[in-house]
Amino acid sequence: MSNPKHIRTPLARVLGRGAARSGTKHFWHQRLTAIANIPLTIVVVVILITLLGRNQAAAAQILGSPAVAIIMVLFIVSTITHMKIGMQVIIEDYVHDESAKLSLLIANTFFTIAVGLACVYGILKLTFGL
Amino acid sequence: MADTRSLPERAAAERPLSPHLQIYRPMLTMMMSIVHRITGFGLYFGTLLLAWWLNAAVNPNAYAKFEWFAGSWIGRLILFGYTWALIHHMLGGIRHLIWDTGRGFGPSEREWLVAANLIGSIAITLVLWIVGLLAMGGSR
Repeated sequence: MSNPKHIRTPLARVLGRGAARSGTKHFWHQRLTAIANIPLTIVVVVILITLLGRNQAAAAQILGSPAVAIIMVLFIVSTITHMKIGMQVIIEDYVHDESAKLSLLIANTFFTIAVGLACVYGILKLTFGL
Repeated sequence: MADTRSLPERAAAERPLSPHLQIYRPMLTMMMSIVHRITGFGLYFGTLLLAWWLNAAVNPNAYAKFEWFAGSWIGRLILFGYTWALIHHMLGGIRHLIWDTGRGFGPSEREWLVAANLIGSIAITLVLWIVGLLAMGGSR
């Protein structure tokens, strides 16, 4: 740090990205996934209605078919990403105690990854018959 | 009378606060903003049901357990609420995307948008459930 006027780390100065260019990442991803969620949700709701009243074998066959399985995985990845960011905003808005906030942010990451993977695992099992 | 509070305590107590939620007259746009957040919060935990259902679809016994839950009155109530929350949050999301483009902020436009959001979500939820219950009845 030759110049005391700079409060940036040497690495930040070398990279020369100013404010790191990641300030709008969550904002943008929330909208990107919101746009993706609209057609995906409509298709998933239609799939769900066609599955109503069918037995397990029929439901498993339809859910495991390539097109439906791919749509379901896309739906899960997009909605899980969306809800992870959304819950983070809620936590940051209402939880001001630093340790409680940090714990909840960690719990949010763990929960969303666990539920997302559980959903994807279920679909892959149906598709590949693992 | 001497103030016995410490200086930081006094500073915290006397610091002016900006107007908060309880002094505003409730408006539809404000209520719908809150509802958008609450439905998102609910949908977050609703994904547990999705994970259960997808993993139950692998074997008949597990699927029967899920169907028993989904068919019970509490299961139906949760799924009905889940349907409404999903549709409401989706329509609210469309509203927010319209607002993101800078459109729809006029006094009558924004009221129209939130009213359409609420009426639309209730109407679509009811139609989906009628279609769903007919589909279930038809196959039995």
